[in-house]
Amino acid sequence: MSIRAVANNARSLPLGLGPRGLLPNLYDVIIFILIAAAFVAVAHGIREMETPLAKLDLAPVTLDPAHLPEYALRTTLRMFAAILASLLFTFVVATLAAKSRKAELVIIPALDILQSVPVLGFLTFTVAFFMRVFPGSELGAECAAIFAIFTSQAWNMCFSFYQSLRTIPADLDEVSRHFRQSGWLRFWRLEVPFAAPGLIWNTMMSMSGGWFFVVASEAITVGDTTVKLPGIGSWLALAIERQDVKAVGLAVATMGVVILAYDQLLFRPIVAWADKFRFEQTAARDRPKSWVYDVARRTRLVRVVFGTVSSATAYLALTRVHPRAPTRWATPSAGRGIADALWIAVVLAAAGYALWLVVGYVRASLGIDDALTALWCGFLTLVRVVVLIAIASAIWVPIGVTIGLRPRAAQWAQPIAQFLAAFPANVLFPIAVAGIVTFRLDPNIWLSPLMVLGTQWYILFNVIAGASAFPTDLREASTIYGLRSAQWWRKVILPGIFPYYVTGALTASGGSWNASIVAEVANWGDIKLKAVGLGAYIAQATEAGDYPRVVLGIGVMSLFVVVINRLLWRPLYRFAERRFRLN
Amino acid sequence: MDVLATTTAPLVEIGHLSHVYRQGGAGDHPVLDDVNLTLRDNEIVALLGRSGCGKSTLLRIIAGLMPATSGSVAIEGGPVTAPAPQVAMVFQSFALFPWLTVLENVEIGLEAQGIGLDERRQRALAAIDLIGLDGYESAFPKELSGGMRQRVGLARALVVHPKVLLMDEPFSALDVLTAETLRTDLLDLWCEGRMPIHSILMVTHNIEEAVLMCDRILVFSSNPGRILAEIKVDLPQPRNRLEPNFRALVDDIYARMTARPTGKVSHGVFPGTGISMVLPRVSPNRLAGLMELVAAEPNNGRADLPEIAGDFLMEVDDLFPVAETLQLLRFAEVEHGDIRLTEAGKRFARAEPDERKRMFAQHLVTYVPLAGHIKRVLDERAGHRAPASRFRDELEDSMSEEQADHTLRAVISWARYAEVFAYDEDSGVFSLENPS
Repeated sequence: MSIRAVANNARSLPLGLGPRGLLPNLYDVIIFILIAAAFVAVAHGIREMETPLAKLDLAPVTLDPAHLPEYALRTTLRMFAAILASLLFTFVVATLAAKSRKAELVIIPALDILQSVPVLGFLTFTVAFFMRVFPGSELGAECAAIFAIFTSQAWNMCFSFYQSLRTIPADLDEVSRHFRQSGWLRFWRLEVPFAAPGLIWNTMMSMSGGWFFVVASEAITVGDTTVKLPGIGSWLALAIERQDVKAVGLAVATMGVVILAYDQLLFRPIVAWADKFRFEQTAARDRPKSWVYDVARRTRLVRVVFGTVSSATAYLALTRVHPRAPTRWATPSAGRGIADALWIAVVLAAAGYALWLVVGYVRASLGIDDALTALWCGFLTLVRVVVLIAIASAIWVPIGVTIGLRPRAAQWAQPIAQFLAAFPANVLFPIAVAGIVTFRLDPNIWLSPLMVLGTQWYILFNVIAGASAFPTDLREASTIYGLRSAQWWRKVILPGIFPYYVTGALTASGGSWNASIVAEVANWGDIKLKAVGLGAYIAQATEAGDYPRVVLGIGVMSLFVVVINRLLWRPLYRFAERRFRLN
Repeated sequence: MDVLATTTAPLVEIGHLSHVYRQGGAGDHPVLDDVNLTLRDNEIVALLGRSGCGKSTLLRIIAGLMPATSGSVAIEGGPVTAPAPQVAMVFQSFALFPWLTVLENVEIGLEAQGIGLDERRQRALAAIDLIGLDGYESAFPKELSGGMRQRVGLARALVVHPKVLLMDEPFSALDVLTAETLRTDLLDLWCEGRMPIHSILMVTHNIEEAVLMCDRILVFSSNPGRILAEIKVDLPQPRNRLEPNFRALVDDIYARMTARPTGKVSHGVFPGTGISMVLPRVSPNRLAGLMELVAAEPNNGRADLPEIAGDFLMEVDDLFPVAETLQLLRFAEVEHGDIRLTEAGKRFARAEPDERKRMFAQHLVTYVPLAGHIKRVLDERAGHRAPASRFRDELEDSMSEEQADHTLRAVISWARYAEVFAYDEDSGVFSLENPS
């Protein structure tokens, strides 16, 4: 896709940085407790059913290259099942949040916190839960994997859609009401198209992030049970077990082919197509291009298929139209205030009960020492994340600027950076681990870079986008006045790319926390490498089937991420928007 | 309101309509006050007034897009409680769906009515043909010029066969030439009776546009919006802008719109008194520019506002705030569509930059209550610093948040020019020190 499209899309807010206030408010605390209680409830429920997980009659995964295409296909299918579920979830939940004040009060803070919850830690529960829902069936494990990917994808999509719904231009809203469009027609004619660019971009970002989780969620050990779903992730797990370097290499290559195909055949055509939904009244000079899209548009068959699909959707949009009784204006009444107060009371009561449940559950098996240990581990992981993001920034910001200021280089580099961001870094872990083992390096230090292996690219491609969008006249002005190098970086380009950098660093830091769960503990055959940190804490608790500690670890990690977002990233983002946004 | 009322129910009838913009706690802000209006068959009526006088709000109330605080709105005798099917609206911003083609945009209203594809297409094509858009059916709005986009807006409104066409500043987002072409085309269609509508109600702030197109003009005052005058335009169509009668009417309306409200002690025409006066954001450069223009030959200190506006292709909304700020600062007097510089204004126009700043500072602190207030607070405080939020809160007691923001920014910009006091954007603090 073109630089411009990235530059525009990078502006769609990455986290819940939009209309809401800066300060963590009471609601965040309440919702945090509610979510924690939900985890506890699931963990508790699983424990109640102490029966061992039903054994699966899965065809065992083998390291036969002939199976690799099939595995790749299965992995990809899981991915698409999850993205469809996420889309459906988005349409329903975000619409609900945008249309109902009561729902909004709960849904929006919940999304904000859920997107900070480490998905991989969550895997334990979901696998156990779904295996019990579908005992002895492969479906349970499949659902668990798909659900895990879903939980890594849905929240930011939902946020994006909600924010679009809340920012529908007043004049288009008036047109829609003026012509008395039904809710259904309005959804397809106004709301979805207006939200499309942001939603598509976030879906693509979710897809990119999703590859990481699909690999991680296929082979999972909970307690005594190990589930290996046929897929690239399981192939990789087996290769690690057998210390088979060649098989690891094959997995890397296959993944590369899959991501490339997905990028060329899906990502780019959709972005090129979605350009028409961009809410701009002027024609863009350079539009996103895709050869697949161009070919498809010229092909008769594809045109016919698309025409049929679009008229079918139009039919769908219309059949549900009952020229409805026009909605009357909601009359503001005293009743609304009372209803709101009642609703808040209900939420507060639920939160109170939830708090009681969480405290009870954790106290039953854990003491204050465990909490302190988890916090200490969290601090160590925090240090790792901060140091690594700093190092990655020091490397990629200068490179990104250099590339971004050269349009031809940017045309080349940008897709590569996006490809690298989508590539699941955990496929590369075994190679790094083998290296650490060979050279007898300290895992506490050398396992750490794995955390940013996959996420550093977000910094790179956002900086490239920022530098590409930097106005030529400002560059020319700084050349004319002969700004020296240091001065140029400090006064000109760093402020110019700052908003983009913040977006990239924010995404990278969030991803790194998540990656710590698989990066701080690594195996190579029988050799186990372990760094002290919260990720390792969660990973070990998961492997041991120690649910209270998993809950504690996830809770602490979510807390770290939420607090850092609120205290660091959000203020930085606002500052960048206010001071450094060009145009 | 009119003696010629017919026996059938008028198309639109508004009685004692008032509208109040409610803001959280800080008090209500009246937008429209006791408006009465009747729209009958076969007439074009203009609601003429300056921006912020509530005329667009009135149009939306008639369209059924929002409820009025009090008073009655009826279309063909029936009260309006929801978007009414007898009206269609044309928007200032065109309000086209950028992801739909011209044809699909025109069809949007028919689609919402559940009309089948064939009839929809046929009617939309007829409207597109009528409005001069043939050949553009499959284009997207972003590929069209502003004038063509507004034609799509018109076609979209006409295709649903409304009785009343509501137009909200339909030509003000267009350049002068395009706007004129579109006005003429619309008038031709109207005069030839080729549009399936009974009446047009349009909102505008352009006096000449109103005189050119309308049979009746309702002149609105600002803050809150009231009907100041109703003017019948009897000139035959097509009208000529250069004709003496046309000019006289335009001058007359200018005079009415600059007339000082009688029986009020408030200086200038800005709503509110004392520090709660709502101020417009006018840059010091424009103030100086207008003073120089009026002081120079051939004006020699007195000029006709419509003439200046005409010479520089400006509209009332551009010119009035500048003239009225000068009046507030006692650099000029505005009356009957004329602007006359005071002695101070003439001296300012002749002065060197430093002297200008000195004069401006003196007038600012003396005649703009808010500026004087901020200066006094800063003088009294030991550290000569004060947060802007303090004054913002004071302002918001009597005006909307947006108005308070504009007012504060206006004063900041004038004070910076005059070097009366400084304002630091990052910390939001006023101080007496000047950055050195």
